[in-house]
Amino acid sequence: MMSERYLNAGVLIALLIVPIWAHLADAPYTITLATRVAILALAAVGLNIALGLGGLVSLGHAVFFGIGGYAMGVLAHHAQTYTALDLGIFTVDGTKSMPIIWLVAVGTSAVAAVIIGALSLRTSGVYFIMITLAFGQMFYYFAISWSTYGGEDGLSIYLRNDFPGLNTLIPIQFFAICFAVLSLVLLLQAGVSRSAFGLALNAARQAPTRVEAVGLNPKRLQFVAFILSATITGLAGALFADLNRFVSPSMFSWQFSGEIMVFVILGGVGRLCGPVVGAAVFVLLEHVLGGLTEFWHIYLGLILLIIVQFARGGIVGLLATDRGQHG
Amino acid sequence: MSTVLIIEQILNGLQFGVMLFLMAAGLTLIFGVMGLINLAHGSFYMIGAFAAAAVAALTGSFVLALVAALIAAALAGALVEMTVIRRLYATDHLDQVLATFALILVFSEGTRWIFGSFPLFLDIPEFLSGPITLPGGIAYPLYRLALIIVGLLVAVFLWALIEKTRLGIQIRAGENDREMIAALGVDISRLYTMVFALGAALAGLAGALVGAIQSVQVGMGEPVLILAFVVIVIGGIGSIKGAFIGALLVGLTDTLGGIFLPEVFKLFMEHSAATTIGSSLASMAIYILMSAVLILRPTGLFGASQ
Amino acid sequence: MKTWLLASAAIALHASAAFADLKVGMITTLSGGGASLGLDVRDGFMLAIEQSGRDDIEVVIEDDQRKPDVAVQLSDKMIQSERVDVMTGIIWSNLAMAVVPAAVHQDVIYLSPNAGPSALAGKGCHANYFNIAWQNDNLHEGAGAYANTAGYGNSFVLSPNYPAGKDAITGYKRYFEGDVSGEIYTKLGQTDYAAEIAQIRASDADSVFFFLPGGMGISFLKQYADSGLDLPVIGPAFSFDQGILQAVGDAALGVVNTSQWNKDLGNPTNVAFVESFQEAFGRLPSLYASQGFDTANLLISALEKAPVSDADAFRAALKAAEFDSTRGKFAFGSNNHPVQTIYAREVVKEGDVFTNKTLGVALENHADFYAADCPLP
Repeated sequence: MMSERYLNAGVLIALLIVPIWAHLADAPYTITLATRVAILALAAVGLNIALGLGGLVSLGHAVFFGIGGYAMGVLAHHAQTYTALDLGIFTVDGTKSMPIIWLVAVGTSAVAAVIIGALSLRTSGVYFIMITLAFGQMFYYFAISWSTYGGEDGLSIYLRNDFPGLNTLIPIQFFAICFAVLSLVLLLQAGVSRSAFGLALNAARQAPTRVEAVGLNPKRLQFVAFILSATITGLAGALFADLNRFVSPSMFSWQFSGEIMVFVILGGVGRLCGPVVGAAVFVLLEHVLGGLTEFWHIYLGLILLIIVQFARGGIVGLLATDRGQHG
Repeated sequence: MSTVLIIEQILNGLQFGVMLFLMAAGLTLIFGVMGLINLAHGSFYMIGAFAAAAVAALTGSFVLALVAALIAAALAGALVEMTVIRRLYATDHLDQVLATFALILVFSEGTRWIFGSFPLFLDIPEFLSGPITLPGGIAYPLYRLALIIVGLLVAVFLWALIEKTRLGIQIRAGENDREMIAALGVDISRLYTMVFALGAALAGLAGALVGAIQSVQVGMGEPVLILAFVVIVIGGIGSIKGAFIGALLVGLTDTLGGIFLPEVFKLFMEHSAATTIGSSLASMAIYILMSAVLILRPTGLFGASQ
Repeated sequence: MKTWLLASAAIALHASAAFADLKVGMITTLSGGGASLGLDVRDGFMLAIEQSGRDDIEVVIEDDQRKPDVAVQLSDKMIQSERVDVMTGIIWSNLAMAVVPAAVHQDVIYLSPNAGPSALAGKGCHANYFNIAWQNDNLHEGAGAYANTAGYGNSFVLSPNYPAGKDAITGYKRYFEGDVSGEIYTKLGQTDYAAEIAQIRASDADSVFFFLPGGMGISFLKQYADSGLDLPVIGPAFSFDQGILQAVGDAALGVVNTSQWNKDLGNPTNVAFVESFQEAFGRLPSLYASQGFDTANLLISALEKAPVSDADAFRAALKAAEFDSTRGKFAFGSNNHPVQTIYAREVVKEGDVFTNKTLGVALENHADFYAADCPLP
């Protein structure tokens, strides 16, 4: 048992040390796994802002993950085929530059979040869960029949996109990029939750009427949190697409929305590093159990059940002595 | 497009709708009475279908198969309620989502472990096979007509159960005030187990009935689960009446959308583009319907306003 | 039995690791709804390896769960960590598109035992990519050709609304000389076809072509049979494989479907294969099993001629395709896709088991449409 602050530091250091060790030991696949953890964690950090801070149970966050992925896929596809992207009023060239792709991913996710958030926040509780799920399904079926970009087959990008000054094809360097992004976003989240906005949001989640009494609009606070949350998950989508060098409609699937939510709950809702722990444990289980038996889903399910029954507040909640910032 | 075809399509939409109702009724009851989000409801649908296929293969009797489906799903439901679900009532929706998601994994792979990876066979019984001719010269499969009737009978049965029986009074009381019925001396944990088993049995019945005209395979419950959620959200969570109306709306929208949207687009577009766009829009139609309903009525058509 | 074979493969892997000349990474679908196809490919493949008696081939098998991102992750593992020479196993086109281009660019040889997306057959073909099954359009083209010989003049066509579904209808129409009275794209994964069947009933078609793989096909056939419609149905083998037929039952009887393989093909390789597969696994092989078996035998034939370390010679040995195929004659076209005969089969009942009987040839020595676009010599 230890303070959550030390636990967070320990988690991030572990996530950093494992791939460095793997790099020295020439085990590139371990680096790939760690990169996967970092990116999935980033997606879940995004959801955690809506879920943990804002109290918005979104079962449609795959929408933003997919949008980020397709931002990468579409831009890199046009760059790869040397064709221009026709936007109706004007055309632009594709790009293989990660920073530009990230900007587009964040921007398009934000636009989608404004629309989905504005409509979904009219509802609450289970209805909110379900309307976000419905938006996810709409995007999923749209992507499947969007034949320009491969439909269900998705889009393959042969080479990973470029980042100035680094060779992204080398696993450890791409990991460094993902880890840096994750760390920055975690710092951002810590800052946000301590800011006036974060405190008001926290209050809006726990006692909306009191927040209203001091003249704030809880729905508006949640709306902002939803957009912030979506952009982070969108950014993770772009990185995930780059990790796999591939995008497909499965990034929009409801199962994926469910998986990101499992990461958050597994790690600990509202805990800063909860999503990182959740994603790491999930990827590890998938990797270890998948090697043991054909029917590994049964064991995964049983382990998740045990965690729900005995580790309320997720793994971080179980390990940390203090209640944490939003326990 | 002829009137006969339109009527036939409406019948198809109704049939799809009443089968969705069987799924949605249990889901909405469980949510209404226990406040539980059960993602594993689709697993009972699958269990029903597998139990029916196994018993039909052994005995050759479709009626016995249906009975087996009801019993297997109800037993699985009661077992899960007593071992896992019971601990979740006091927790928030998030833990319920995680736990029932885990249950899906266990049930799906467990079923594959027992029955193997190949789809099972379940056929329509002889006395219900083939088409019959309806007034107006519409040839319509008898089995589908039977499905509509069974669905409607179940709807009436549920209505009577909830409005006219002692159990129904307890269920309605449970929806309104949980502490109150405990105070009245109702064995609340027995009531919860019964409601859960009833919901599971309805899903199992739907799985067996639909399994006879579809593929009995692992994972068959999940697409239906999503649709059932759409139904209960449109209808208003906790409302059986809402689930019924919602199911019919979803059934009709999905069936008619798939047929008529491409035709509508053909009126002002080139043929193959219209087919593609119409089909894409049709696959999104029920989700668009659901969002529209929720935007206009944030607690569904018959949900209690918050 | 299945797990036993898997376990013995894993043991062989460790016992012979130091001497292995060739390491094969198999990524296939072993869990979830689509597992039956992956199991057949795996069992067919491992049977051939076992029968060859070679202990210098290691096979690492992983389950992709039919998820593209998992497949990509496993492919990274195969290439980076297991350092395999050859990859194989993928069932679905969308997973193949996610894995194959990147793998072949990293100098891994990929042998496709099932998926054959058009993007990898034309401009996107690659010297390291070999398809041992078919290009996706092939069986549909065969169906179109059969429809002509059967005298159909007006077909109603339906398939799911996704790329392989569109390819299927394009393939059918490429060879079918009659008219198309209606064309429907259904939702992917759809299980109720009442609405589509009503459309067919209302049309003036004299035949129905459908491509609905897996559970979709089971549902369609059962519902079609019960609707009382008696227009002849034709489709590719994907809705009539040995694993599916038992679940369709009587509804499939008499339906004609097209395949590059059938269990009654009389060549000695096939006779021995069908018998030994049945003996090893207690079930009849499907076309997927035959494809897995052929893939392994092609690999073994190449290994006998050249070591995998000599990439050019090994590729040439693969391309020569000098192995005994369960299909009889087998050769690669310029784009490393099969040039082969497509048969028309009819679903029959042998005792209690539903299976296929070969009717005749639909397309003789058929090469795919995209080969002309492939820059390979």
